[in-house]
Amino acid sequence: MSLLKISDLHVSVGDTPILKGVDLEINQGEIHALMGPNGSGKSTLAYAMAGHPRYEITQGKIEIEGTDISELDPNERARLGLFLAFQYPVVIPGVKVADFLRHAISNVRNPDRKEGEKLIPMREFRKELRDRMSELGMDPEMARRYLNDGFSGGEKKRMEILQLAMLKPKFAVLDETDSGLDSDAVKVVSEGLNRLSGPEMGVLIITHHERLLEFNQPQFTHVMLAGRVVETGDAQLAAELHEHGYSSVRERHPEAAAEEVVEAV
Amino acid sequence: MATKLDTNSENENPDIGEYQYGFHDPTDKYVFTGEKGLNANIVAQISEMKNEPTWMRDFRLRSYEIFEQKPTPQWGGNLNDINYQDIHYFVRASEGQERSWDDVPDDIRKTYDRLGIPEAEKKFLAGVKAQYESEVVYGSLQEDLAKQGVIFTDTDSALKDHPDLFKEYFGTIIPPDDNKYAALNSAVWSGGSFVYVPPGVNIEFPLQAYFRINSENMGQFERTLVIVDEGASCHYVEGCTAPTYSSNSLHSAVVEIMVKKGGRFRYTTIQNWSNNVYNLVTKRAFAYEDALMEWVDGNLGSQLTMKYPGIFLMGEGARGETLSIAFAGDGQHQDAGAKMVHCAPNTSSRIISKSISKDGGRSSYRGLVKVDPEAHGCKSNVVCDALLLDPASRSDTYPYIEIEDNDVAIEHEASVSKIGEEQLFYLMSRGLTEAEASSMIVTGFIEPLVKELPMEYAVEMNRLIELQMEGSIG
Repeated sequence: MSLLKISDLHVSVGDTPILKGVDLEINQGEIHALMGPNGSGKSTLAYAMAGHPRYEITQGKIEIEGTDISELDPNERARLGLFLAFQYPVVIPGVKVADFLRHAISNVRNPDRKEGEKLIPMREFRKELRDRMSELGMDPEMARRYLNDGFSGGEKKRMEILQLAMLKPKFAVLDETDSGLDSDAVKVVSEGLNRLSGPEMGVLIITHHERLLEFNQPQFTHVMLAGRVVETGDAQLAAELHEHGYSSVRERHPEAAAEEVVEAV
Repeated sequence: MATKLDTNSENENPDIGEYQYGFHDPTDKYVFTGEKGLNANIVAQISEMKNEPTWMRDFRLRSYEIFEQKPTPQWGGNLNDINYQDIHYFVRASEGQERSWDDVPDDIRKTYDRLGIPEAEKKFLAGVKAQYESEVVYGSLQEDLAKQGVIFTDTDSALKDHPDLFKEYFGTIIPPDDNKYAALNSAVWSGGSFVYVPPGVNIEFPLQAYFRINSENMGQFERTLVIVDEGASCHYVEGCTAPTYSSNSLHSAVVEIMVKKGGRFRYTTIQNWSNNVYNLVTKRAFAYEDALMEWVDGNLGSQLTMKYPGIFLMGEGARGETLSIAFAGDGQHQDAGAKMVHCAPNTSSRIISKSISKDGGRSSYRGLVKVDPEAHGCKSNVVCDALLLDPASRSDTYPYIEIEDNDVAIEHEASVSKIGEEQLFYLMSRGLTEAEASSMIVTGFIEPLVKELPMEYAVEMNRLIELQMEGSIG
């Protein structure tokens, strides 16, 4: 059984169809890259997987280890082992990183936990948080700050990776985690990801740059165009796209290219 | 008193309930229950039962006339449905005030046990007054404070035991003709706290008063007078609850504060009335040269709250600060805010107001910043943030600014936000339920205020907010 299986996925935002039949299968221990020009539906796929209420699945399904998660709330998906590292993590004023994380891991590690039931013991939690933060080269003081409030771009991305490290998901989606980062920060994120991924975890890296992929070699690269996966290849495909852009992809798939939404500038 | 969001605690199981203070005690053992209704005879009777001097009796009767003459205010919440003839204005639940909880009548003591007051007293309070219905039933003050000349007593006793001090200040900061409800309180007042802190005395731990309405159709009209003398400091904390009845109760207090030169005073209120109480309170402080006055005002519950704690900055360099939070749920209207009146040069004020509305609740910020012509170089900063949890709820801002001087710096910022779909999604994508996520966002929203509270109150405030949030989402 594959870890993640997406079959014939159609997703609309409001009345606008964005994804028009996506198929994707990812196994434990695999790293996949998802590339494609702006507006091709990469982030929509990420949001639809995580269960954002504005992204409506109109057809098809998403399964994790055989369980169809398409109708589940985002927290139920998280408890089944799905994790999305956001491109633009939101600011939540007044909520301390440590308080938030303690709630999150208590729920994810004990999927049957009811509201109001005990959280993971404080001492155990603190030690683990301290260890993970030091591995990611984060100032322990950050645990007392308000979630993403006043964080620099790099700090926000690192906070996403810290959450990944604490939640230990079965399957992680990284939505352009490398965008807006300088090379050093990309390296920190990549190393973090390398340490975390392994034979247990499946990873989908969404990016239209290539830097992250240099450090985290994908076994498979998928190319998205106008809401469909039009090509699948190996790491070499990612390198080609990085060098030559998407014009050759558009040439090979004229029908899909014709459907591309031209974004207003 | 642990909250789910308090990571320093291992107890994550607070009691869950709609309004947990909604229970009530039997009233058949009461010493005296005044007739329902209001007239000059009832006003005179209250004065007589308390053996008051003639001047107070006259003050009450004059106030009653003012109350009768003043029209019902139409500019705020709906006050037209209050039936003044259907309310008990004076109820005596026990023989007198006790110094030991053991001597307080059983039913009443159990109530305070359930509210956690005796426990809190042992842990972190310098003194306690517990008012039940119209009068204070329990009082304590740490001995060393009494020796230093601190007075912490109920207002009825203060009139008898400290007549000169009392008469000098009573009704001078809020005269009966200030507004209709100040007049009502002045006519039928009973109980409340009287605090006097002598020059240079600093009281480290908070003094606490606790106000409990127990009977149906009860009016509670406590009267609080605080005098902080030169260079002295004190923190006073007040909490309020009432049972849930089908008919309304009225709480109409008057709180007068005098902070003299160089003094510091903080008045913290956590009100959590059941949602059939009209809460109409007039609170005002005078702050003299270099004094600091702070109101920390938390309003939960009640059907309608109209409360705008005011600070008159009377002396050069005086500072005033109000932090207020209102939580309006189903069928509730919180019309709250603050007033800052700059009467002297180089005075500064700050108002931070936060409101949360859910399930069709309505919250309003109504504030006044006024600068007199001679108040040069003063500064004022007003920030009000409203959080709406659903489309049925409502929030309004009514800021009034009157400036009669050129050399001033006034800032006003207001924001309204809906509970963010993106914030909810972010937290839920990390495994938090919708209710946990909402609760966390709301707790974060009020964090700037909660962190100003004494620790035990901060925990309590978070817990109350969580209880208000229970079952409200989805």
